[in-house]
Amino acid sequence: MWQHDIETMPRERIRALQEERFLKTWNHIWDHAPAQRGILRGAGIERGDVTTLADISKLPFTDKKAFTDNYPFGLFAVPKEEIVRLHGTSGTTGKPAMGAYTAGDMAVWKDLIARVCAAAGVTKSDLAQVSFGYGLFTGGFGLHQGLEHMGVCVLPMSSGQTEKQLMMMRDMGATVLISTPSYALYLSEAVREHGIKDRLKLRVGLFGGEGHTPEMAAQIEENLGITATSNYGLCELTGPGVSGDCLIREGMHIAEDHFYAEVIDPDTGAALPEGEMGELVVTPLSREALPLIRYRTKDITRLTYEPCPCGRTHARMAPTLGRSDDMLIIRGVNVFPSQIESVLIRQEHIGPHYLLVVRREGVMDTLEVQVELIDGSVLESYSMLERIRNDIQSKIKDILGLTVKVSLVAPQTIERFMGKARRVKDER
Amino acid sequence: MVIEQISVFVENKQGALSEILAILAEGQVDLRAISIADTSDFGILRMIVPDSNNALALFKAKGVTASKTEVTGCKLPDEPGALYRVLKTLCDAGISVEYIYAFITRRDEDAYVIVRVEDNAKAQDVLRAAGHVIIGPEDVKSL
Repeated sequence: MWQHDIETMPRERIRALQEERFLKTWNHIWDHAPAQRGILRGAGIERGDVTTLADISKLPFTDKKAFTDNYPFGLFAVPKEEIVRLHGTSGTTGKPAMGAYTAGDMAVWKDLIARVCAAAGVTKSDLAQVSFGYGLFTGGFGLHQGLEHMGVCVLPMSSGQTEKQLMMMRDMGATVLISTPSYALYLSEAVREHGIKDRLKLRVGLFGGEGHTPEMAAQIEENLGITATSNYGLCELTGPGVSGDCLIREGMHIAEDHFYAEVIDPDTGAALPEGEMGELVVTPLSREALPLIRYRTKDITRLTYEPCPCGRTHARMAPTLGRSDDMLIIRGVNVFPSQIESVLIRQEHIGPHYLLVVRREGVMDTLEVQVELIDGSVLESYSMLERIRNDIQSKIKDILGLTVKVSLVAPQTIERFMGKARRVKDER
Repeated sequence: MVIEQISVFVENKQGALSEILAILAEGQVDLRAISIADTSDFGILRMIVPDSNNALALFKAKGVTASKTEVTGCKLPDEPGALYRVLKTLCDAGISVEYIYAFITRRDEDAYVIVRVEDNAKAQDVLRAAGHVIIGPEDVKSL
């Protein structure tokens, strides 16, 4: 463990530390973050309304809109000269949400990353290939700094140039792969096609930046011969390092000394009890540049405070089922792409890449699932192809209760992604 | 004596078939027999070529989903009723035919067909016993 005493702290001490840091954050916001103060006052909240951590349930949520409304610097709580780094979300729907860091924030972030890496079994003797994009995205620089902080040798490949990635992976003897799961899958297929698995030294992967199903992780593990771990974070909340798998891999440990986590019903906003699935809401507890109150992550998960066999006492969150943003509503049924992915990735004769196309035909929403047919041996009869289609269709129906159209397409025709995958095309 | 057939997956979208045929054209592959059947979403192109391994390698190199299977080739006189007699022979023997298609080429007074059955050896025994002529890979090359 990177910070053994903190990571194994008794729960009551975690709670006490959270309360102390939360109250400090609360005062910091009132003293130094005028826009956030305005949001609180607008909800009828005054500084004196909060005296304990339990009072947090009275407070309004902060969401992505607050970032848009106060773009670029409005939410920050330090003067610009204190900021040493800016990052941003991908901003596919307009302006990015900007994250800012003081020197103190950077120091904490490095330790958060080091914790996640150490929990995944990374040590100083590893060589880590960082295939996250380097740039505004927090993944590349975030992991890079944390690994370097641990004394791990970093190979900063960024994403793309797959042939070169494989060459360096082999020639440098990389033992750790850092990337999005979709890019890891893409790289792992290239490894399989080149037949170079046995010449690689990779042993562990740390995947984040987007969610993935256990089935996809299993496929990556098989192709690369590694242990796949997940980690989680959002630019708005610092970036990666909010939580990560230990080697037990039954939930990602949240760094609770720096983040207070709640799960709410995304429709009503009501807090849900431990173990129930809902939207993750996080209050950072030690941020200087960007303190926030109850940030709605849009990620669907559940929490457990059960002790973990690894010895860590910090709460664990289940792999995210998907972002509530990604959730499709098809004929009144809630559909997460990850649910469809879990069916597809286990299916024989097809490749692991897929595209979901949503259309409106008349008043009906339709969902088309496109998958690549890669196995020539099924071309002997139409009935075999029909069977594959019907099989996928009925498995999806079992899970979602929804009849989808399954289309078999030619190999290499579905787009591959170097960073976060975009697997849904909504034409409604 | 069997003939090797190549089957190729073709998406039902504009240009998909011509992309497949472009691969054959670039590779200077001569087509002896060709058949395409489609559903609303996809098709399967089946073909007989002089060198099936070469054609399969060309498709694999381009990432096209393709496979090779063994089928029975039969020579028959180019006259009304000839194909009926071939099928009747198989039908009487209880052999079901998945599909048939004809060679593009013919020679002298003869036509050639491909018959896809589950058990080639059994079908060929039955056909030969009824006086039909089975063709092999050498015939495909010279046709």
